[in-house]
Amino acid sequence: MENSSLPAALELKELHGVAAAFESPDKLLKAAKAVRKSGFTKVEAYTPFPIHGIDDVLGIPHSHLGRIVICCGALGATAALTLIAWTGSGDPLLFPYWTGLGAYPLVIGGKPLFSFEPSIPITFELTVLLSAFGAVFGMFALNGLPQLYHPIFNFRHADRITDDQFVLVIEKADPKFDATECTRLLQELDPVTVEMVEE
Amino acid sequence: MADLAIKSPEMLDEVTPRLVQGNSTYRSLTEDISRIVEKGTPIQWWMAFLPSVAIAGMMFAMLGYLVITGIGVWGNNSPIGWAWDITNFVWWIGIGHAGTLISAILFLFRQKWRTSINRAAEAMTLFAVACAAQYPLFHTGRPWRAIYWLFPLPNTDLNMWQNFRSPLEWDVFAVSTYGTVSALFWFVGLVPDLATLRDRATGVRAYVLGFASLGWRGSARHWRHYEMAYLILAGLSTPLVLSVHTIVSFDFAVSLIPGWHTTIFPPYFVAGAIFSGFAMVVTLMTVARWSLQLQHLITTKHLENMCKVMLATSMIVGYAYGTELFIAWYSGNPYEQFAFANRALGPYWWSYWAMVSCNVITPQIFWFKKCRTSVPIMFVASIFINIGMWFERFVIIVTSLHRDFLPSSWGYFRPTYVDILTFIGTMGLFMTLFLLFIRFLPVIAISEVKGVLAQEDHVTKHGHGAHH
Repeated sequence: MENSSLPAALELKELHGVAAAFESPDKLLKAAKAVRKSGFTKVEAYTPFPIHGIDDVLGIPHSHLGRIVICCGALGATAALTLIAWTGSGDPLLFPYWTGLGAYPLVIGGKPLFSFEPSIPITFELTVLLSAFGAVFGMFALNGLPQLYHPIFNFRHADRITDDQFVLVIEKADPKFDATECTRLLQELDPVTVEMVEE
Repeated sequence: MADLAIKSPEMLDEVTPRLVQGNSTYRSLTEDISRIVEKGTPIQWWMAFLPSVAIAGMMFAMLGYLVITGIGVWGNNSPIGWAWDITNFVWWIGIGHAGTLISAILFLFRQKWRTSINRAAEAMTLFAVACAAQYPLFHTGRPWRAIYWLFPLPNTDLNMWQNFRSPLEWDVFAVSTYGTVSALFWFVGLVPDLATLRDRATGVRAYVLGFASLGWRGSARHWRHYEMAYLILAGLSTPLVLSVHTIVSFDFAVSLIPGWHTTIFPPYFVAGAIFSGFAMVVTLMTVARWSLQLQHLITTKHLENMCKVMLATSMIVGYAYGTELFIAWYSGNPYEQFAFANRALGPYWWSYWAMVSCNVITPQIFWFKKCRTSVPIMFVASIFINIGMWFERFVIIVTSLHRDFLPSSWGYFRPTYVDILTFIGTMGLFMTLFLLFIRFLPVIAISEVKGVLAQEDHVTKHGHGAHH
């Protein structure tokens, strides 16, 4: 274990929190439980892959991405049906296509001027397309990405987060935060290193 | 009585081989996969890349010739209005389907073995769709105006809208949605791995990767939304991939041509697409794992599973061939009966029997474990399947068209050199894109394989999971 120290200069700068790196998901989970048990609420974990169970320990709420996707999907379906009806009618205000009186009422293959069935493939595809946009861009929006700077990148082991280390941060925003106290607590939990991280 | 109890991890490994082999750690996984894109360009890569670029260039030259001269440079002519162009389009689109099956459907079924191959298979999907898109685009003859013919955009080019009751218009929406969603899914999977590469890079490279990874930092809150997005995308892609080849089959099934007008087409096309896609994945992966030294990540078990999928889909496709013949006979419709007798025994008999021997007979070797675990055998078999699935589309399209209802409208299709060189050219385009991918992007999903490794470690520590 490396020694953590408090360089004098650091005290002058804004602090983001105290970070500890662990070498396995099990140690991270154990440490997160201990930290939460001590009453800290502003705790964040940074890991190379999703760790199951960490959300409950850290009290991270369920993702509401599904609601965004449902809305986007409904928009896609509406857009598709509107598109088919409007382009068939030639009238941007009314949809006489539905009554077969549109500007382009061609009878093709003896089929009715409007029937629901042939509209389904395009409605389905646009529903999926807009839902997928919702899922991807909604996820990025909820995560606040792209965000090219974050204080965690100041942590000396930040480059190991995407490699093989599992990092726990007690943030300064926590009402119970005390740099020395947090450092001591984290050091007891078998970390690779514990460090102060600047804002 | 034999003692069947599993007493050691070694015994368990014999029953269910591990998906990550060779004493891998999180660190070694990062290293093994990242080094492929970080070290200098090997000479072998150039030896594969330069010919591929040349062949892709030939495709663009042929397409340029087509645009200048007209689509008469292809061999299509009345009564065979669709020939190699649509055959190649369906063939390429079908190949893409394995990528989505692996990334989405196997994800929903919790098939952990998908993680080593999903990135490359998804890349294959994108590149196959890019190759497929050339054909309908250039069959219009004027691709720069095709955007108004394909998509409902206000214009003074036609002064009319698309026919939304046409399966060809459905196909435009299906294929463009498929390409877009596949690209999004692929990018979402890439973000954490680009962050891994960023954290190992320095200088300009680190900046570029920093932008590309959107500043990903692996926070637990981010992972929660990320996993939800991944699950939703898998849930969306599953019906999407089934719909795409269903709609491709509607191009034929909704028409009234004997040999095309059958209700069996959607499931038959989807099974064939997955069949040919897995064959292409096996072709590419057997070469890639060997040349990139990834045998401990893309293991024999992965390859064996893919062989099983090929065997299963081959049986479905074979069953569909049989059903088609039976229904043609049982329908009592003389035109339908003629179309199918003509397929198997007419002037194109050789293509029909090439299809049957490649698609139905060849994969039967995968009943034997020796064949499912032998890399050279599966490589050769996968090439045969690729050929067989090309013939399947050729048989369906060309033999159904070449003898119209009136014998005065009978013909025989011969490809021109432009047909042949364009098709070979698309393979060059595909290989060019695939080689660029393995050179610049992580070929295996690093963060996903780490998740599998964590789980396998967990299993070995706690009673070897022998009860599952």
